[in-house]
Amino acid sequence: MSLSTLTICALRKRLQAGEIGAVDIVEDLAAAITARDGEIGAYLSRDLDSARAAAAQADLSLPLGGIPIALKDNINVTGQPCTCGSRFLASGYTSPYDATVTERLKAAGAVLFGRTNLDEFAMGSSTENSALQKTRNPHDLSRIPGGSSGGSAAAVAADLAIAALGSDTGGSIRQPASHCGVVGLKPSYGRVSRYGLVAFASSLDQIGPLTKSVEDAALLLQAIAGHDQRDSTCLKVPVPDYSAELDKGVAGLRLGIPREYFGEGIEPAVRARVEAAIQRLQAAGAELVDISLPHTEHAVATYYIIAPAEASSNLSRFDGIRYGKRADAPQDLADLYQRSREEGFGPEVKRRIILGTYVLSSGYYDAYYARAQKVRTLIRRDFETAFGQVDAILTPVAPSPARKIGEHADDPLQEYLSDIFTLGPNLAGICAISVPAGTVASGEGTELPVGLQILAPHLGEATLLRVAKAAEMTA
Amino acid sequence: MATEHINVSHVAHLARLELNAEECEVFQRQLDAILGHAESLAALDVTGIEPTSYPVPVYDVMREDEPRPSLPAAAVLANAPDQAQDQIRVPKVIADA
Repeated sequence: MSLSTLTICALRKRLQAGEIGAVDIVEDLAAAITARDGEIGAYLSRDLDSARAAAAQADLSLPLGGIPIALKDNINVTGQPCTCGSRFLASGYTSPYDATVTERLKAAGAVLFGRTNLDEFAMGSSTENSALQKTRNPHDLSRIPGGSSGGSAAAVAADLAIAALGSDTGGSIRQPASHCGVVGLKPSYGRVSRYGLVAFASSLDQIGPLTKSVEDAALLLQAIAGHDQRDSTCLKVPVPDYSAELDKGVAGLRLGIPREYFGEGIEPAVRARVEAAIQRLQAAGAELVDISLPHTEHAVATYYIIAPAEASSNLSRFDGIRYGKRADAPQDLADLYQRSREEGFGPEVKRRIILGTYVLSSGYYDAYYARAQKVRTLIRRDFETAFGQVDAILTPVAPSPARKIGEHADDPLQEYLSDIFTLGPNLAGICAISVPAGTVASGEGTELPVGLQILAPHLGEATLLRVAKAAEMTA
Repeated sequence: MATEHINVSHVAHLARLELNAEECEVFQRQLDAILGHAESLAALDVTGIEPTSYPVPVYDVMREDEPRPSLPAAAVLANAPDQAQDQIRVPKVIADA
């Protein structure tokens, strides 16, 4: 059996027992990637020769010693490309510095060997918005892997990676994890440093793990979490031992079922899988509580005002001056800006920049942006009220399993509406995870994974992982 | 959804995007639909509700006033599209007299 199919925890045991060497893992990964990444397209770049060298030197006593970790291509690693899936950065940009998560993974002994595909600047839910490459769902190659961290999810699902990091602004870790049948964790806002993550929407972005098991997610979160003085929003709060409570089970926990997440719009087969997973947790001893998150229906409108507003500001740095694409033979400075941006950005990024610029512009700011920030408060309070009654909340991740490639090509609103279940946790800053909850038949001979989403209070990752582990055990 | 919410070419100019005619037409239709959906927020009563900028309170933090190394100029310039004399070169920004 290829070592690429194993979890971090299983590989750690075999490495420490001396049964295998770290280079063996890289060799098996290289073979798997050669065999299958041609049809899946998870990786934008990889450097397996450097990985072999790093693996040979790895200190196996470290928490991730000798373990290869794939990174979404919007996280900086010194000397590696960081394309963000964009033509703007696809040629001629090499990271001159390490993101904080990169530094921490290196310090933990991880081998950083490959960069995974994403929707351009993490804007999208399908990875189809990558300007550089198509990524396909390993369970059905005619379908999307989800997004924006679709390359990371597909790589882990197809055993082309042991584990990966992604980023999640409105579901970009959890939704592809759900569509590909892996575990995807969005940490609480401020739990993980964003320094060195190419910013999309700074009040919503978080980096987190995509893994083959809940235990691996806990291990990776442990490695990357904690205060960083280079990110002023990264909290100075001690990081608990996330493995300590993993096996405590759900007996005695109160788990909330928000009725707004099970209404019209969700496909019956998806709903059935999620409800079955919830019933298994009840059988394992959890008490289910009917709750309400009354502002859920406003999450899409709120998010698609706030996130583009922040993006329009963040992406102003891509001006063709200091790095990335510069248009040929500009007539003057304004022409340089406009044509570099026109040529460098794809349609979804332009759409969001225009939307964000509009909602921040004079005369519209109060009606859109300021109002959305107030509704964000209402959404945040919904969760605060709910967590006064329950320890965690259980919901679907997405209303449908992975759709066909190309299906929403001309209808961005339809695509945005499918994010309804994942946006609230980002707006509220709470932690959330997707764990596999079975599959549904596509009707074309393939089985499509469905995820269960678990939500816990801000900085409640220990509880989140404990419920996730129980869901995994009973799946 | 026939209402036109947004003057796309004007806003694109504000964002320093030079759209072609086809992009303007497609974005007009798509953004009008998106902004039409966003109108649902107008029905909510937000009187007296504080806005949320960040999900957790963010304060200005004073760092220890100690020098730390920054990136060497060569590392920064390595990504510049055009450079001369250890600086990034741009088109002339001041018109001829």
